[in-house]
Amino acid sequence: MNAADSAREGARTRRAAIPAGGLALVLVLGCLPLLALTVPGVLPGYTYEPGTLQLLALCWLTASLALSYHLLFGLAGLMSFGHALYFAAGVYGLAIVLDRTDIPLLPAAALVLVGGIVLAFCVGAISLRVTGISFAMVTLAFAQAGNVLARRDQFGVTGGEEGLTLDTDGVPAGLIGVLNTRNLYWVALAVLVVTYLVVLWVERSRAGHTAAAVRENEVRVRIIGGRPYAVKLVVFVLAATLATLTGMAYLLLQSGASPATSSSDFTLTLLVMVVLGGVGSRWGAVVGAVVYTLLDQRLSALASSEAVAGLPAVLRVPLSEPMFLLGTCFILVVLFLPGGLAGAAQRLAARRRGAVPPGGAPGVAEPVEERITV
Amino acid sequence: MSTLILLLVTGVGLGGLYFLVASGLSLIYGLMGVLNFAHGSFLTLGAFVGLAAAQAVGAGTWGGLLLGLLVGALTGAVAAALTELGLIRPLYNRHIEQVLVTVGLSLATVALFEGIWGPNPRNITTNAWLSDTTELLGARIPNTAFLNILAAALVLGGIVAFLKHTRYGLIIRAGVENRSMVTALGIDVRKAFTLVFAVGGAAAGLGGVLATQSLNYVSPHMGASLLIFAFIVTVIGGMGSLTGAAVASVVVAVLQQLANSYLNNSGDLIVVLLLAIVLLVRPSGLMGRTA
Repeated sequence: MNAADSAREGARTRRAAIPAGGLALVLVLGCLPLLALTVPGVLPGYTYEPGTLQLLALCWLTASLALSYHLLFGLAGLMSFGHALYFAAGVYGLAIVLDRTDIPLLPAAALVLVGGIVLAFCVGAISLRVTGISFAMVTLAFAQAGNVLARRDQFGVTGGEEGLTLDTDGVPAGLIGVLNTRNLYWVALAVLVVTYLVVLWVERSRAGHTAAAVRENEVRVRIIGGRPYAVKLVVFVLAATLATLTGMAYLLLQSGASPATSSSDFTLTLLVMVVLGGVGSRWGAVVGAVVYTLLDQRLSALASSEAVAGLPAVLRVPLSEPMFLLGTCFILVVLFLPGGLAGAAQRLAARRRGAVPPGGAPGVAEPVEERITV
Repeated sequence: MSTLILLLVTGVGLGGLYFLVASGLSLIYGLMGVLNFAHGSFLTLGAFVGLAAAQAVGAGTWGGLLLGLLVGALTGAVAAALTELGLIRPLYNRHIEQVLVTVGLSLATVALFEGIWGPNPRNITTNAWLSDTTELLGARIPNTAFLNILAAALVLGGIVAFLKHTRYGLIIRAGVENRSMVTALGIDVRKAFTLVFAVGGAAAGLGGVLATQSLNYVSPHMGASLLIFAFIVTVIGGMGSLTGAAVASVVVAVLQQLANSYLNNSGDLIVVLLLAIVLLVRPSGLMGRTA
């Protein structure tokens, strides 16, 4: 955690209030498994119960993945439809290494991380030759190839449609079993914190500033002597690496790999989360992912409830499809709530203060159309 | 030899299906800069509604099939025009949001189709002639391949004639070349936008009904799986180029069939590899304009 600590130190010197608040929030979240809190209607039970911890851990991992997507889409303006590929590389990579070799968890994870970086570098180097909408389609095609590989199982390692179950021989005993869900919860929270700090660090680095400049006007960056391609590739590889890291934690949490993690729909849901939270906002990505995961969970519960089953078909069919409700919600946010949840919160705060905030503080979304141009 | 002919003809037939989806995508992108993710949903909706119409007349009869194709195309056109008017038009010139709206629409509609028609594929009754084969140079070729080729050729010819010989076709061609100039000349391009969406949707709906005849089933996910190949075809052919889309769909589909047969079922991977090579050599696609 040395790098993370120093990044936290650096952040603290710049803006004292926010890191203190963030640290407090992480501490509170870290204590949740020891407390008996509940939010009726949102969480399925008390926070010390494994079921609730599992859901919350899933929220943190989804948030971490959404943050890595934010790095691509929000910071560099790269709309990738293939981000699931690197997540799946983490999930499947670690599952396969643990299954086929005797390497213990940490070295195996390091190996998979290196593999993920190499994969992202190769795919990124090719797909970044095109920009805008073509880039989106090309990343989609590569992710689809990964999805086909995982589903067809031509080399007999991915388990086809069934997926793989986690081989627990190399995994420490503290991370196995329902009783140890709280340890997995802490792992998930740690992954989220690491991802957040890396994203923060990238955003404040020179490369991050250049990436933001490329998003706004690539030609101008090239004219003043910047190298858009290299910067975009760096951001692409970093985002993919974070996704791979998150994927490995996801494997431990779910104790299995399924081909759904590599599907294009999975990337689309990431896009939905980031836009829901507010494009260009770190907190937006986290909030969007948590809200999405909880909504998905609760809407699925609603869909199978008896209250819905008794309704006439016109209401029952849409209500029993969580994805229909989420998709509709998403369309409404895009049409009527530019900037997503973060943008709405910012406008609300500005109205309360009775003044327009000057120029938009870092990490707060402005309306999307001003920030992203393809 | 007969296997090779079989693969080539079925490949071109599959290419016809790809073209029906990709032509709409390519036209819409060329004119409006919109990547339409909901295109697969137009296809699926056209397939379901078209088949329902065919069943009302009599599944497996020629009349039923013709009515199904007509209703499928019409459904696709109406769905596409409504999408353009309701969701795309409020977001003109905001391309990212337009893509996002179509992404949301595709997620929502696929879920809705699953809710209405069930998530699993349904088998359908096909015409007796279509489920038969015809012998050509020693190869027994499924008749659906000929139907697909005929339909795609008719659509290609129709769209080309429309673009070349009508006033709206002229506006659309001019709009693809230089939209701001067309607007500056006082022509309302928005009608052309709706029209292009409707034409693309009609081709997709037609493709949907045809795809069910070849696959022998209809499912809520058939649109999404065809759409990905249509995307690949559009990029390889050059975004916005109709001829490019036609050439690329045949190349992609034939290559896919050959690889599936001779290279251990690796058609899908070969296609992605082809995409990578095309991007490395010609980033703007086979017939795309060089920027």
